[in-house]
Order: sequence, then structure tokens, then C-alpha cells
Amino acid sequence: MDLITKQYKTINAITGPLVLAENLIGAKLGEMCVVELTTGEKRNGQILSIEGDKAVIQVLEGTSAIDSKTSIVAPLGQTARVGISMDMFGRIFNGFGKPIDGLPEIIPEKYMEITGLPMNPAAREKPDFFIQTGISAIDGLNTLVRGQKLPIFSGAGLPANELAIQIVRQAKVSEAADFAVILGAMGITSREAFFFRKSLLEIGTLERTVAFINQASDPTIERLFTPRIALTTAEYLAFEKGYHVMVVLTDMTAYCEALREIGIAREEIPGRRSYPGYMYTDLATLYERAGRLEGRKGSITLMPILTMPDDDITHPIPDLTGYITEGQIVLGRGLHRKGIYPPIDVMPCLSRLMNLGIGKGKTREGHRALADQLYSAYARGIDVRRLVAIVGEEGLTELDRKYLHFAEEFERRFIGQGNIERTIDETLDLGLSLLSILPERETIGLRAKKG
Amino acid sequence: MAEIRGKIFGIAGPTVIATGMTGAKMNTVCLVGNDGLLGEIIRIRGDRATLQVYEETGGLTAGEDVVTYGKPLNVVLGPGLLTNIYDGIQRPLYQIRATGTDFMERGIKVATLDMEKVWQFSPLKKKGDEVEPGTILGTVPETERITHKVMVPPGIRGKIKDIKSSTASGKEPLCVLEDGTEIGLYQEWPVRRSRPFKEKLPPETPFITGQRVFDTLLPVAEGGTAIVPGGFGTGKTVVEQTIAKFSRSDIVIYVGCGERGNEMTDMLTEFPKLKDPDTGLPLNLRTVIIVNTSNMPVAAREASIFTGVTIAEYFRDMGYRVSLLADSISRWAEALREISSRLEEMPGEEGFPPYLATSLGSFYERSGKVRCLGDDGRIGSITIISAVSPPGGDFSEPVTQSALRFAGALWALDPDLAYRRHFPAVNWQTSFSLYYSELADWFDREVSPEMIKFRTRLFKLLQRQNELKEIIQIIGIEALQEGDRLTLEVANMAREVFLKQSAYSETDAFNSYEKQFRMLNVIFAFLDNAEAALKRGVYIETLIDSPLRTEVLKLQNYTNEGFAPRAEELIEKIEGEFGTIEEK
Repeated sequence: MDLITKQYKTINAITGPLVLAENLIGAKLGEMCVVELTTGEKRNGQILSIEGDKAVIQVLEGTSAIDSKTSIVAPLGQTARVGISMDMFGRIFNGFGKPIDGLPEIIPEKYMEITGLPMNPAAREKPDFFIQTGISAIDGLNTLVRGQKLPIFSGAGLPANELAIQIVRQAKVSEAADFAVILGAMGITSREAFFFRKSLLEIGTLERTVAFINQASDPTIERLFTPRIALTTAEYLAFEKGYHVMVVLTDMTAYCEALREIGIAREEIPGRRSYPGYMYTDLATLYERAGRLEGRKGSITLMPILTMPDDDITHPIPDLTGYITEGQIVLGRGLHRKGIYPPIDVMPCLSRLMNLGIGKGKTREGHRALADQLYSAYARGIDVRRLVAIVGEEGLTELDRKYLHFAEEFERRFIGQGNIERTIDETLDLGLSLLSILPERETIGLRAKKG
Repeated sequence: MAEIRGKIFGIAGPTVIATGMTGAKMNTVCLVGNDGLLGEIIRIRGDRATLQVYEETGGLTAGEDVVTYGKPLNVVLGPGLLTNIYDGIQRPLYQIRATGTDFMERGIKVATLDMEKVWQFSPLKKKGDEVEPGTILGTVPETERITHKVMVPPGIRGKIKDIKSSTASGKEPLCVLEDGTEIGLYQEWPVRRSRPFKEKLPPETPFITGQRVFDTLLPVAEGGTAIVPGGFGTGKTVVEQTIAKFSRSDIVIYVGCGERGNEMTDMLTEFPKLKDPDTGLPLNLRTVIIVNTSNMPVAAREASIFTGVTIAEYFRDMGYRVSLLADSISRWAEALREISSRLEEMPGEEGFPPYLATSLGSFYERSGKVRCLGDDGRIGSITIISAVSPPGGDFSEPVTQSALRFAGALWALDPDLAYRRHFPAVNWQTSFSLYYSELADWFDREVSPEMIKFRTRLFKLLQRQNELKEIIQIIGIEALQEGDRLTLEVANMAREVFLKQSAYSETDAFNSYEKQFRMLNVIFAFLDNAEAALKRGVYIETLIDSPLRTEVLKLQNYTNEGFAPRAEELIEKIEGEFGTIEEK
């Protein structure tokens, strides 16, 4: 950084969260700036685009009270970086990396650029290490592996946060000593913030947790920095210190809305539902930071949580996320209303990396065949359920009644395990015993593949 | 052309505006900024040129230099391409990693192919021979699987004055003509221009994927194009990868365009271990991978499919059967849209530029079966199979619709089937193949004159099942006639055993046409004999609970070799048992 900071009183336009400054000679794309008000208040800004000597700067804390006559812009000569050290464990920061737990600032061991660099695909290690989350619908049917990015698609009022905490608590056991958790929260309510703080404390992971919390009342633009800072910290812990890091990002919907706000303020051509056209790329630069690197010990497993507006899975936010992540865990309102916890609607769920993490020596031989069989039996059970609504139970064959019964039991016992932990063996055994509801001729796939 | 040196004026996302660029040519490459980032000129206005930059632009400053030498974006072609993996602008990823970084740093400069490496060279031409564009000068054993043919580049002809006799490398000319023209082991070609050939040939042979639902129901011709649209989780990538693994191709070019890094890693570790069904040699020996994951720069993503198809054309020109797998075209279109919107162009439908279809056409139309340049009349082909990722799984969106115009086969993936773990989740009702009539002769000749009948019959069976399902919705299954229940049951069997296929099962991953035909033969023998028994008064339950049903369902587990006698045996058993049961 230069010892002399140049200061400019050249703000020309202010619109929404953006200011346009002129005569900014030598400004870099992505460079951080300080915007100083006459009151002495300092705000953080970042250069979004450059045209000649003019630069568009987004101001994190908002533009209110900034004026074009007296406010000062001072470019800092460097792109956005965050100071990182091992002392961050157990601490809580705001979305911009400043402590909000009343304790002093950390002394950084090093500074890292928060945008990160894409991993060389040829340097990645194949993600094939099974993580036991203790949840049957995940372990048995949509297995999570180290280095995977597996989002939770939730709806308003569904217990996504509770599920995330349960997964963190239970995965901790299988991950043992090198486990670390990073929470990046964007636009959450203070109630949710309390919940996360309390839960992490309760499950005894707080000393292995770094939390970055941007609340709904905090500046919108800060939300664009929060996941990047969280992931940069994760990269440090995973690839330099050898931790197996699980990153929980919530709520990606708030992040995307912040992205849209900036896009519109910059008068960009909006895409679907007025989210910017580059949202896919932008989300990818976050999600793709999960993974493992060959020859390095740690891993980053990413679990973003998002709220599907009006439970619509085709909404751009879940849609683009699903196209980037390696599967998705979808929560269902129907199951939730029935009192089933966790209300995981397994039909649209998927784990693309499941096959790498299961089978002999990892979970159990025949795991894939069992999962497929459970899926097709449940699918048929649901079909029969729809049929019953029209023709009544009398119109069913004996076999269809068994499928109906299977679907009920599967939801009640396999999915609806409650807030308890199941080992992978317990999960698979339960699956097998549920399938015995059906006549043997219906489970040929299972026996053929085992034999 | 002399160098032109301008200065950066504006920067927005992946685009940079440079001033002082008078004389610079459209679509030529520039080095941008102090780090020399690679960019391409995509608009010229006065002395200002707009560039799309193939690397991350963060940290660039107005006033830094922009230099162009007037060269278009080229790929380097020659031995060493196979087994390698490149990013969208053909930078070699293994070699980048060897420089000591696990991440894609900015401004990395690594040679695409190793010019120093000395290859074995066996000349086919000698001093005094006349050569023309496409003449094969000699061969290089590139991998155990593929013999690389060193060709005279387009536009060069003459008499050989001197040619290497045993080894060759990129350091010196391989052949000198009498007029002094030097021909090297390596050549360059602009990615946006298709390589010339003598003539296009009609699509008369199928491109064999080994997948029953494709080969039997929805075949694509060699040199044809198929598109695979589907919402997320419907198995597009698995379809692409399965074809990369098991299709009958000499060369596979796999373009991971804006997709996931972990999936590419899986391919990279998997391919050297898997065996090509033709030769039994490791798959990577016939494969070139181009990967520009979703978080790598968008402009390079836009270039990636053209880099891929140019390499495909080069191998086609040697007379090879090439398949180009692109996953996914939608990500490419989004890159195009992103750059277009930064240029503030007038948007078309859904914000895509109006020239979307034109650009897409310039890619798809580089497929085809051709008579190659050269004096030996050799034939090569490129079959393009590309995934499309429609937002929200809605096929009416512009990318799917534009791609459909160029596609000879549509393999539409269906989330409902995927949810039931029916893979490949191809919806046989909405999908189509335009090649079937052109391929009919081939089926008659090479498989069986009955093949086409079986196909039609299978379509009818599946159609009937759908109608019956609607009826059941109203009256319940118990009210169906017994004949209809049998149809329903056999249709289910066909779906289970024939349409479903596991890419991960060793015995089932690749099916010969022989096996596919025999399987249908068994299924219809079951149906015919059961119908006859039904007419004699046998109860439906007896028929569908028969252990023979289970045996039919196990057909997948038998290998291609020795499948025919097994099928014959099972048919005899079916005829025997169903022919003799009488209801007591």
C-alpha cells in the first residue's frame, strides 16, 4: 500500500448505493476506497467499473448523507482483502470481517484477497470421503462427501437452520479433531442470529467456529462481501492449516437480492426476474470454492441455505444454484405440515457425488441399489396416493396397498427421524426392513445387484 | 503485421475498452495490461477497441498498455493434444499446475504443446513427391491408441525437397518444399474458422453410443448432432460422460463449458482407469478435455466450444471418427449474453443477443461426415452431442429453441423420471430423431430386418401404457381388462429392463446392437406368449407372477458376448411354459 493516500473531492453523481467519482487517476478495477463525510465518518467503497478517469464506486454502508461537494474519496491502492489468523476461532464478526462480539480486533497472520482464484481443475482431488451427517435421508439417499457443495433449498417457515445445525453437530463426530465450521450469514434476522450463536455454543463447536454475521438491518452491500470473506477464511483453514471445514452460508436469497439491487442501481440490463445476467457466474465464484486439492490435507464442504420464494424451485435463485452445486437437499412443506422432522422431500433431492462416497469400504456394499430401490418404491407409493384421492382405496390392487403403506412408513420412520442421530448402518438397516413391507418380486433390483 | 499499442480506457467486468487502437483488426488477440492478459477485439469504434478479456480483470488500471499483433485467436494443433486437459483458450492445466500453483493465477504463460519433445516419425512421402493440402506426410505414434497423422496444412502444395526420416519435434521444420515452404510438426488454426474439407457426406451410419434408449429409439447419425436438454439433476452430465466413455469413437473431445470442477476431477481420475470398449485401452488415450469451470473467466468460456470444435476438426481431417461432447451450451450462451450486455447491445429474448442462433449455428454446423482434404479420399466425422440447461427446466427458452434448429436428435430429459431414479431419464414421448429414415437401411443390413418393427412396436407399447395410465386415474386398475393389465405390466418390464440402463454397471454400461435387438426379442416373446395364454383362460396373476418375469428383468446383467444364445434359451423357455400352462 502507498504511504500517501490520495484524496479526491470529485464525486459527481450519487445513485442508490453507488457514487460516481471523476479524475480518479490510476484507479484499479476492484480497488477498495474510503469515502469520508464532513462529519468524519468513514465508509468503505469498492470500484466496480472504470471509464477513463471516472469510476463507479459501490458504498458498503449506503450513500445517505454523502454529498458531491464536500465528501472525499480516497482509493486505498489494493483490492478487497481480509486479515486472517488462527485467533479467529470462536469469534463473531460482521459481514465485512470486523469483530462484533465486543472483543478486540484480531492480529492478522496474513492478508488474503477475498475474491479468491479459481482452483485449477487439474489440481483438484476427487471428493470421495463419506461424511456421516447422521440423517437418514441424506446419508442413505443423498450422501454428502468432503469437498462437496450441497445446498439446502428451504421455504419460508421451514426449519432449514435447525437442520443445518443438526448436520454440523452430527458431522462433527465423524470428522473428529480437524473439524472446523464457518458460518456466513447474510441478511438474517436478529432472532436467527441468536439461534445460531446459542446453538453453536450448545453443541460445543463454538471454539471451532468462525461466524460472519450480516443481519437484515446491516448494510445490503455488505452481503456481497460476507460469503467471500467466509470462504477466504475457509481456504486458509483448509488448505494452509489442514482443517476439514464445513461452510454454512445462509441465506443465499438475501445475497442474490443484494446482487440485484446493485445491478439495477448500475442500470444494467436485467435478466430473469430482474436478477443480473451474470448471477450464474457470480454464484459460481462462491460455490466453486468448495473442494479438495491434491496433496493438501484439508477440505471445504459447502452447505448454502436458500429460501425458495413461494416454494418455487424454478425461481432463478434455486435454479442457478442447482445448476452449479453438486445436488440439493429440498425441504417440503407437505412433510412439515404432517409434523415430520427433518421435512426432507427426498424426490427432488440429489447428491451428484454420492457414488464416489458410498459402497464397499466406505458405507456398505449394495448401498446404491438399496437407495435406488427405496426411491422407486417411494415414487410408486406417491403415485398410488394420488390415485387414492381419485378412485378411493377400493380401486387399488393388493400390491398398490402395500406401496401405499410403504410410503407412509418411509415418511414416518425413515425421513422423520427427529432430532436424533443415526449411524449409516442404522440407516441402511432401516431401509432394508422397510422394503420388506413389499413382496419379494418387487425388489429384484436389490437382490440382483447384491448377488 | 506491425504491432499496435494502445491504452486501457475503461474496464467493466470481463470487457476492456482501449484507445489508440486505430488499425487493429476485428477478432484479433491483444495482450492487456502490465500482466499481459489475453483478450480478443470484439468491437471497433473510431480509435477505440472493445476487448473481451480471457482472464480475471480485477486490478487493471486505466492507462495500462494494450498490444496487438493482428493475429486471430488460434489453437495449436499437433501431437501431444491427447490425454491432456486445457482451459477454454487452450492453456494446458497440468503444465500450469507444474509451475507450482493450484489456482489459476492471472497472466500465466505456458506453452500449449511441448515444442522440445522429440517424437518418432515415420514418413509416408519422400523427396520428389507432389503434395497437396491434407496429404499425410507421415505418422507419429501419439498414444498407444491413436496414430497421429501429420498433414500438409490447408493452402500449401508443391514438391518435397526434404523430409525428416525418423524423428521430429517442434523446433525445426519437418518437411521443406521445393519453393522453400516449411511444414512443421505443429500447425495453428483460428478457432472461429472451420477447417476446409472436400465434401460433406450424407448421414447413413449410426453413431453407436451403446445406450439402448439412444441407439434403438433415438439414434443419432455419425456426423450428426443431438442435444440433451434437461433441468438440473436430470442427468445431462452423466449422459455426456457415459457417451464419452462408451461410444464407438476414435477420438473424444470433451468440453466442460461452465460446469463443475469436481465433476471434471472425477473424469480426470476415472478415464485413465476405464477401458475403451473397442480396444480395451485406457480411455484417456483417445480423449482431449477442455474445461472452463463456471468460476473461470466467462470470455474463455465463450471461446471454449470453438477451441474444442477446432481440435475435433483437426482429428477429423486425419480420417478419424470424432465425437464432441459439450456440457453445457447454455453456459456458453450465458457467457455470450454477459459479454453482450457489457457492450450495451440491444438485447433479444431473455436478454440474449439477437445473434445467439447465428453463433450457435456456426458451432453446430461444424459437425458432419466429410471426405477430407488430401489424395487418399479418407473419411472423417464429427458428431456433436451437447447438453442444454434450460432455466427452470422450461424448454421454451431461447437457447433450447435455437439449439433445436440445428439438432438432428432431441434427447429430452425429464425430472419426473430422474426423481424415480430412472436413468437415462430420457422422455421417449417428447424426444425425437430425424435420422431414423436415413439409417433404416443400415439397421436392415447390419442388425436385423426386424429391428425397425421392434422399435415401432416398443413405441406403441409405451404409448399404450400412457393411455392406460390415464384410464387408471379414473377407474382404478382393478377395473381394467386383463389384456390391458398385461400390456401395462410388459410396458413396465420394458421400461425397467430396456429403457433404464446403468452407466456404472460393468455388464450393462455398453450394449451392442445385437444385445439391444435380442432384448427386445425376449420382451415381445414374453408379451406374445402371455397374450396367447390369456386367451386360453390363464389368469393374469399367474402370468405376471411367473418366475420368467424375473428372468427377463435380469437380462441387463448378461454381457454382450454370449447374449444371443442366452436370449434364445429364454425365449424357448417362455414359449414352453406359457404354451403349456392351463388354469386348474
